Amino acid sequence: MTSATIEIAGLSHAFGKLRVLESLDLRVTADEVLGVVGPSGCGKSTLLELAAGLEDPDRGTVAVAGDRKRSARLARCAYMPQRDLLLPWLSALDNTCIAPRNQGVSKHAARERAQPLFDRFGLAEFARSRPNQLSGGMRQRVAFLRTLLAGKPVLLLDEPFAALDAITRGEMQEWLAGALNAEARTVVLVTHDVEEALYLCDRVVVLSSRPASVMTELTPRAPRDPDRTAAVTDASFTALREEALESLHEGSR
Amino acid sequence: MSKFLLPAAVVLVLLGIWEAGAQSGVIADILGIRESAGTVLVPAPSEIGESLWQDRELLLDNSWITMQEIGLGLAISVMVGIGFAIAMHLSEIMRHAFYPLVVASQTVPIVAIAPVLVILLGFGIGPKLAIIALICFFPITVATLDGLRAVDPAAVRMMRTLDADRLAILRRLELPAALPHFLSGAKIAVAIAAIGAVFGEFVSADEGLGHVIRQAQANLLTARVFAAVVVLSVFSLALFGLLSLIERRVSWWGKSVD
Repeated sequence: MTSATIEIAGLSHAFGKLRVLESLDLRVTADEVLGVVGPSGCGKSTLLELAAGLEDPDRGTVAVAGDRKRSARLARCAYMPQRDLLLPWLSALDNTCIAPRNQGVSKHAARERAQPLFDRFGLAEFARSRPNQLSGGMRQRVAFLRTLLAGKPVLLLDEPFAALDAITRGEMQEWLAGALNAEARTVVLVTHDVEEALYLCDRVVVLSSRPASVMTELTPRAPRDPDRTAAVTDASFTALREEALESLHEGSR
Repeated sequence: MSKFLLPAAVVLVLLGIWEAGAQSGVIADILGIRESAGTVLVPAPSEIGESLWQDRELLLDNSWITMQEIGLGLAISVMVGIGFAIAMHLSEIMRHAFYPLVVASQTVPIVAIAPVLVILLGFGIGPKLAIIALICFFPITVATLDGLRAVDPAAVRMMRTLDADRLAILRRLELPAALPHFLSGAKIAVAIAAIGAVFGEFVSADEGLGHVIRQAQANLLTARVFAAVVVLSVFSLALFGLLSLIERRVSWWGKSVD
């Protein structure tokens, strides 16, 4: 799979009279993990939907791997929504096979493609479980594998752990860090959790409140450290977090 | 246990009152019916039971005819109902064009249209199937359409980013999600299908439980009328029970993606 860049230029979008994004410029390099944090309702999710090709912007351009066409963006981006949206009538394994099945891969071949990922990411024993038999954290892992198995160069993650409790969220961040280290992709992670963004991402942009514009850009020193506790208690990490929170506070005024 | 004991007790008590009232002639008196010797106009449950046993061959043979009509009529209803629901779900033009007609179809009095159906479709199974389909496709169409439209738009967007085209969204997401809704509609259809079949047989038939009921009425064999009704009810209840069983098996996915 080839890597892809995302280039956003002069992006403006409104819902009726509500201006959500205004002249936003953003660039994500190939295989970079970009974190986007911002106050609630600042247009983070809209940004992802525009990048994913689910919508076209009112003004400005979004190009994925140099292609601005909506169909090209849809073809190159896999989108993981905040809620896992697992289909309750399918097993965890078959839920992750949805994209390959839509791409015309046979059920058997799709399962063969998904099974190694279940083994690698510690989900082997849950492959045959139904979503209602899985915990919130497990469901999110399955949802992430479903996104991964779409085989796209770009992953767009929309607050994937927002609905989880603090302990599970920490575990999931560590798990996702391992997964992203193992499977290099261009990733945009939208979150309201500054610590999560700084731990998981190569670069973090802080957006202002609506209409959103970039307030600050931060570059964590050692993203996705296998030892999360050590990473988030490090002095440089704490300083970055303070900076991000201050910027966030300023931007939401 | 009390789930079954209580309704069973109520039925037994009611049957007991009916039996006593019929045997003593109290019900006939209340209704102002004079029963001459040898005729039973207000049959007691025991007499209905007796008729069930004595007329078992007649009832069984004719039940088979009616059950075939109900089965085929329901199959047509399911195909037409799901077909309409999918068409109206996929196309706004179809929805605007046909939804009022679907609703209007239920305002047509079957009593008025049944003889016309006989003229159009002859005296065979045709008019009975048409009547059953006409009254049964409606709950299936409406419930299935509601189910298809109730799917979370976020799930549809997710499917689009997972390379699903319109057909894949329908097949892999919307139709399975609408299954519990479809079953609710099918349960209503099953409950009214028997009425349609019997009515169809009233209008034109020389066999079937509706025909048995009509003949028995003409000959004042009221116990046989009730016996035929019992057979019909038991069949409808069995079908309803079967659907409830299927519904229970899939109910756990009912609310997750809609």
